Amino acid sequence: MKAAVIEFPGSNCDRDLEEAFRQAGADVVRVWHKDTRLPEGVDIVGIPGGFSFGDYLRCGAIAARSPVCRSVVDFAHGGGYVLGVCNGFQVLTETGLLPGALMRNANLKFLCKPVELEISTTESVFTRGFAAQARITVPIAHHDGNYTAEADVIARLKGEDRIAFTYADNPNGSSADIAGVLSENRRVLGMMPHPERVVDARLGGTDGLALFQTLVNVLENA
Amino acid sequence: MKARVHVMLKSGVLDPQGEAIHHALDSLGFTGVTGVRQGKVIELELDATDADKAGESVREMCEKLLANTVIESYEIEIE
Repeated sequence: MKAAVIEFPGSNCDRDLEEAFRQAGADVVRVWHKDTRLPEGVDIVGIPGGFSFGDYLRCGAIAARSPVCRSVVDFAHGGGYVLGVCNGFQVLTETGLLPGALMRNANLKFLCKPVELEISTTESVFTRGFAAQARITVPIAHHDGNYTAEADVIARLKGEDRIAFTYADNPNGSSADIAGVLSENRRVLGMMPHPERVVDARLGGTDGLALFQTLVNVLENA
Repeated sequence: MKARVHVMLKSGVLDPQGEAIHHALDSLGFTGVTGVRQGKVIELELDATDADKAGESVREMCEKLLANTVIESYEIEIE
């Protein structure tokens, strides 16, 4: 199973994401933002956290228009799997692969702390490894994680069971406590919390491990 | 030719930064303010000479990059 991790100027969680995929058993290739195509045989693309292009204009806006992101959009439209974490989630909403937008946190503060998440659906390769309604603790580190979408979009996400994770105690003002959402085909996940930071007991926890392990197992046998 | 693009959060979207500015103005004693919205202005220098064409081209820029129309609206001035 091969994962591609994209790197933009200002990405800073790319190595953590690479390490999480690798620990779960994936081969990982790094892809630079100026690359115009993804390497052959990629099963999943990971878009890491950070401050791509200095968060200029809007978080993720410039990255979403980069050459490699055009390939990522084509890859996703062709049924490819994509995981965007934090800034990666912002990039995915800016490409239009996921609905809604991430606005400034309601309390205007940069939030950097572990939070409790509830698994809202187990119907995806990303969340299948968790028990339904299970709670996990995953760190957040963002200034713009306030998920916002029109009421009809939120209703649709709920109706189609596309909310992957919700906050147990909403830290940032997100509509419907949303911490992560799935695309219509359930193969693209964007989430603000950082599962790649909790894959090693020595570094604070292992609650994110099931996401990567299940993903690698399922895609390896696909 | 110059274009000035005003990008604002749509009216239904809560603007936490505007709220914070409002609060700060209150604390400075400016009590007559009933609402604050914060936006941004983007100035573009264009080599176009036809205002209609320039407007159309800037509109496309807004749709593709300058505004996120999920949460923002925009207005274009050409001069």
